[in-house]
This record gives sequence, structure tokens and C-alpha cells, in this order.
Amino acid sequence: MAGHVPYDARANEGPPQCLLRGYLLWLWKIGCRHGVSQMEARSLDRPMSAQGQAVSGKLDGQELDGQRGDGKALVRFKDVQKSYDGETLVVKRLSLDIRQGEFLTLLGPSGSGKTTTLMMLAGFETPTHGEIELNGSSITHMPPEKRNIGMVFQNYALFPHMTVAENLSFPLEVRKYNKAEIQARIRKSLEMVRLDAFANRRPGQLSGGQQQRVALARALVFEPELVLMDEPLGALDKQLREHMQIEIRHLHQSLGITVVYVTHDQSEALTMSDRIAVFNDGIIHQLASPSELYERPSNAFVAQFIGENNRLHGKVAQLNGQGCTVELSAGFNVQALPVNVDGQGSPVTLSLRPERLKLDPQDGTMPNLFNGEVVELIYLGDHTRVRVAACGADDLIVKVPNSEGVPAYQPGQPVRIGWRLEDCRALAS
Amino acid sequence: MPLKVALKRAERSRNLRALALIAPLFLFIVLTFAAPIGMLLFRAVYDPDLGRNLPATTEAIQSWNGEGLPDETVYAALAADLKAAQENKTAGQIGKRLNYEMSGTRSKILATARMVAKLESGPYKEAFIKQDQRIWGQPDVWHILKRETKPFTGYYLLASLDHQFDGNGNIVKTSPDQAIFIDIFIRTLWIAFLVTIFTLLLGYPIAYLLASLPTSTSNLLMILVLVPFWTSLLVRTTAWVVLLQTNGVINDALIWLGILHDRIQLIFNRGGTVLAMTHIQLPFTILPIYSVMKTISPSYMRAARSLGGGPFYSFWRIYFPQTVPGIGAGCLLTFILSLGYYITPALVGGPADQMISYFVALYTNTELNWGMASALGGLLLAMTLILYVVYNRLVGIDKVKLG
Repeated sequence: MAGHVPYDARANEGPPQCLLRGYLLWLWKIGCRHGVSQMEARSLDRPMSAQGQAVSGKLDGQELDGQRGDGKALVRFKDVQKSYDGETLVVKRLSLDIRQGEFLTLLGPSGSGKTTTLMMLAGFETPTHGEIELNGSSITHMPPEKRNIGMVFQNYALFPHMTVAENLSFPLEVRKYNKAEIQARIRKSLEMVRLDAFANRRPGQLSGGQQQRVALARALVFEPELVLMDEPLGALDKQLREHMQIEIRHLHQSLGITVVYVTHDQSEALTMSDRIAVFNDGIIHQLASPSELYERPSNAFVAQFIGENNRLHGKVAQLNGQGCTVELSAGFNVQALPVNVDGQGSPVTLSLRPERLKLDPQDGTMPNLFNGEVVELIYLGDHTRVRVAACGADDLIVKVPNSEGVPAYQPGQPVRIGWRLEDCRALAS
Repeated sequence: MPLKVALKRAERSRNLRALALIAPLFLFIVLTFAAPIGMLLFRAVYDPDLGRNLPATTEAIQSWNGEGLPDETVYAALAADLKAAQENKTAGQIGKRLNYEMSGTRSKILATARMVAKLESGPYKEAFIKQDQRIWGQPDVWHILKRETKPFTGYYLLASLDHQFDGNGNIVKTSPDQAIFIDIFIRTLWIAFLVTIFTLLLGYPIAYLLASLPTSTSNLLMILVLVPFWTSLLVRTTAWVVLLQTNGVINDALIWLGILHDRIQLIFNRGGTVLAMTHIQLPFTILPIYSVMKTISPSYMRAARSLGGGPFYSFWRIYFPQTVPGIGAGCLLTFILSLGYYITPALVGGPADQMISYFVALYTNTELNWGMASALGGLLLAMTLILYVVYNRLVGIDKVKLG
């Protein structure tokens, strides 16, 4: 463990806030003093990842406001790390500001550290390093019951031996409200989730969707400023889930609360969030609005994780101001938008959304135009997915809308496939 | 209903197969468990020996109205029966049975039987009264004979509850110097209650620890809980004797440490009995509680904490109520098992700590009075069932979880 996690007086000073250069300098200093450990070395390899949101904000040429501690941050993670076994870090160096009133989603595959992050915020796990601030004061070592944070659990965690009303009255009794006040608040909360008729039922007598709404009401009944939700819709069927997504969104808007929402379902994240933090391997890979994430993923992981994506691998052959030329392994040259490329000769992954690929485009409209062959057609009602072999790959998916009839392609038919430069993002691989 | 018929036909082979699968166990239980216990319990109210040994008397005494002494025919019938008894060597049985209800009767019956065997002819009434005025000249023995020659008797059950019939067939309390069984039943319940409470107090935290530790650690602890469980009851009890006796390990250690100067009595008293029984019963209380705790998701406690409940308050309001079915199961199991303890009180307890099973064993093995043994056993069973019903009313047996 020597030099793994810097546990000295300096460590508490933290890195200069959200400045990549200062941060790297600080890392480097520590590395010099302790010898760079594996984990840090890896982070240095991928400064992108280690400093997720600040980097992505810059590279995309967009300033993500609220990132620089302008006083509006409700929650602030300062250089937080978490390890369960003392060997591997589940959360690696997390710095994140959560703004007052926003709906922030932590999105990532399982084991990416998103739930651990939420648990640290709720107070059920203590960071092994770093600070968490709520309203400007540190809550790192505050027990969960003192934090006044509402939480909705994955399996609702409704107390099975209590009725719905008793479940809701628990946080109010703890806060020593008088009886009339408790009754009034319970009624109000149940009306809010339209379950006023179910106050005397036990959780076991409710359907999944109703239990979910009770859990929501219980987390909101004591009017917390911040509400955490840990995959709350995971146990519901698709239709109910979509309905609840809208309902939660409306509650968030009407109550003006701040919500931190954990999910591994990207469509859920896109539907509900103001901002999404994409987690993988204990690191935030990108923190941005849903459209930003989809339209301008800043690295290969985000591109792959959010939405559907065609990937082509190659090397940067030429780099100029606006675009770059990428030479694919199969020998084709593609014009692409350099997002994070390390320079000429570096390996890149090209990311192409299926709906941005065009079959048989008009000549001269697309800088990238290649000959290919239709391999397979899948009819999906509103659109048809056409699998095309081109550019040395046989799995390029093209979404062709059926808005003007079903496209008349046949498997084996030669076809031309094209895309615009700005829809083809070159990401370091 | 052609559909119902069709359904029955379709299900028939499946039902038969299911029956065939359970048949061996069912037969085994019926033959080795239910039937013997049922027959034994039946002995508590069914005792045909006296009637069988005194057939003529049984018939003749029906005409006696219970006032004064019976007439000559009854004495003659008894004389004939006693003559036969003397020949068949069953006079002792008759004497013993009557002796249960009138102490000292056995020798008198034997003497009378010898006298009657020599008599050629009557009048028998005079001869009997001459033989022993105190027994044959008083109506008491005739009341007993009239009542107890019938095959069904309430005597054993009443005696187990410290009651008996008086001469007029009324139920009265047994004289205080012979009334011991109610005290013993109360003692049995009290010891079982103490053991249940102590196992709960000691076992609940252990169960909680087992349920909340990571699996690798909790498995080791579980083995420690189970090792005594796998050891013979007798071995564990004698181990307690070794520890507790006046020259035993605990006394030696306390004196060596200078805490005591005189050896204290740890064994052959109530404390020793409850201590040893608590130790033996611990796993029975722990395991049901543990298995219930294991099913309680940690997210309930987390939810309670996140809603603002402190750790103790959350435990008491949220966690503890959910473990009640396990507590119920564990305590019921320990209480019922404790009611039937025999070996441990017999080895570690004093005379005042013997429980009802001790007397069942005494009547079965030493006194050979199966009627009393059955009656005491039956009452113990009835008590257990009543507790079970009460528990079911209060908590609901469907909420009990053993695993």
C-alpha cells in the first residue's frame, strides 16, 4: 500500500479545484514523494478520466457552469476515494458538484462505483479519503440520520410490519412533530402520490408500483432538500417504469428539490436528468446534459454506453484545425471530428450513430462515402435497421426511417454508405 | 359434472403416487410414535385390571346403593374372587391397586386372601369383619371397589392434579401432605420459563452477530454454536457436573484466585439446573432467530437511519419487530423442550428441582404405576398444547419461522 493513497497532512489540502494543470502538478508532486502507484499511474495515463467533468467541459468547447464552486453547489465531493478491501478503489478520486435544484443521474454499468458514491452521500459508507460537503459544511463523518437526506431504495425498503401511514409517520415521529401535523403531512404526501386510499394497507398488500410511490412519499414527507434514489424503478415492468419516470420528474419540478438518481438504464437517465454523470471503473467519464452526452460523447466509453454506436478503429493520419483524417485498419481514409486525439499516429476509435449514417446519399453532400453491401434487414415498425458491410467492417448498423415507406433493399445488394464529418467522432482508444 | 370426473381421473394417478411416497414415513410414525403414545396416554383413564381380577365382585357390587355396608352376596362374591386370586397369585395386584387409594391396604388384602382360601363356606361378611374390622367393617373400601372395578377411571388424572374422590364420589382435594403434583407442574413451568428467558437474552445478540457478520466469519461462529448441539446431552450435563461440583473446576478456580474462601454450592440446586439447561437449549433459541434475521434486508435499517432514526431507535422500531416471529419460534421451541427435561435436572438438580418428567420416569420404572405415569405425561402434553394454542391466538403460529 505504500504510496497508494496519500494519507498525510498535504492530502487534506486537496488539489486546486478543478484545474487540470494544477491537479496534474499536485499528482506529480505526490508521485515524486511516494513513488507513483499503479492506480495513479493509470490515472496519469488517462487524465481525461481522472478529471472527468472539467476535461470534458473544456474539450467540448463548452463551459459547464456551476463547476467552479460559485456557491450554488448543494453537495460537493472533494477528491473522494473509497476502497472496501484496502486493495482496490471502487471510487477513484471523485470530485463532483451537485447544484441546488438539479436532477443529477449517476449512470454506469454495475460495479462502476455509482452506488458507492450514493451510499457515501447518504452516510452508509465512509470515504477512505476526501471530503463530502452539504451546504458548505462537511458531512463526511456525520451519521446518516443527522444528514436530513431523503432516500428511495432499490427494493423500496418499506417497513413490512407497519402500514403505509405508519411508514410515513416514522420520519415525522423521529423529528418530534405533533400528532395533528403528522396526520396532515401524511395525508398531503399520500395525495401527492395519489395513494390516499391506501393509508392503512401493509406494504405487502400493495402492487410494485404502489410500493414504489409509497417509498417516494416516505422519502419526501419530511421535506428534505436532497433526495437520493438508488435504482428505484428497477423492479417495475417497462410500462410502469416509463410512467414513474415522468411522475418522478414532475415531482422534482414541482417540489424544487435536488435529486441524485442512480441507474444503469441509459434511456431512464436520458429521460429524467438535467445532468448525467457517466461512471465506469470508479471514475466519472463525462458529466453533461443528456443531449450533450448523446451528441458529443467525449470518449469511447461514453459513446459506447449512451445510445447505439458503430465503431471503426484506425490511426490518425493527418490532423488539422477542424478535422482529421483517420486511416482505418482496412486501409480506408475517413474524415472525422477530432474529440480527444493524442496527435498524429495515435490509435483512435471512430464513433458513428446509426441514425446519422445515410444509404445512397446524393453525391457531393457527404465527405465520407464508401461502397458496401447490405447484409441484413430488420424491420422494427417505425424504422428498419440495415446491417451493412463496408470499410472493412461487416456490422455497420444504419437506421433507415420508415416515414416514407419501407426501404427497398435486399440482402446482398451493393449500396453506398456515407456520413458527415461532424457525425464521426474520433476518440482516443 | 363430466369435467370434474375427468379432472379426478386425470389427477388420480398423481395422487396415488404422492400417497405411495409418503406412505412409509406415515406408517413408521403411526406404528412407532402415534400408536404407542396414544396407547400409553389411554392408560391414564383405562385400567381394567381390578375388574378383571375381581369379576364376581364387579357384578355383585352394582346392587349396593353405597349406604352402610354391602350385604352378604357382595362379601361372598369378593370371597370367591379372592380365593381365585390366591390360586392365581393375583392378590398382590389387587392389593397394590387398592393401596394407591388407601395406604396400608395391600398387606390387609393379602392377609384376607390367605384367610378366605381356608374358608369352606359363609357367612363371609362376618368372617371378613372379624378378620379386619378397620377395612371390611367400613364403607370406604367398598366405595373404591365399586368405582374402580369399572374399566375407565378418573383416579390417575385427579391424583395428578392433587385431587381424589371421597366416599360419596365427590371430587375433593388431596390432603396437603400428599399433594405434590401441582407444585411440580408449577415448578416445571417456572424452570422452563427461566431457561427460555435466559436463552433469549443470551442468544439474541449472538443471532444478530451471526446474521450481520460476513459469511466467512459467521460460518466459524455458527460452528461454535452448533458444536454443543452435536454433543450428547448426557456428556454436556456431566461436563456441567464436573464444572459445578463443590470440588469442581469453578470452585477450585475461585478459591485459587482468592475470590472465595469457602466453597459454595453450585450444583444440586435451582441455579445449577437452570444454568445447565440454558446452555443446552441455547442453539434451539438461536437458530430460529438467526434464520429470521438472515432474511431481514439490511436496507430496512438503512432506510430507518436515512429517515432520521438513531441506531438504537431504528433497531427497536424497525429491526426488532421483524425478528418477533423468530423469537416466538425459538422461545416456543425451547420452552416446550424444557418442559420435558429429565436427565439434566436429575443429574444437576437437587430434590426440589425435579421436573414432571422425573416423576413420569419414577412411576414407569420404579413404581410400575403406568396409570400415574400416563396421567402425568398426558397432562404435560395437554399443557404444551394449551400454550401452543394461546401462543397461536396471541402471535399466530403462521408467523413462526423455523428456517
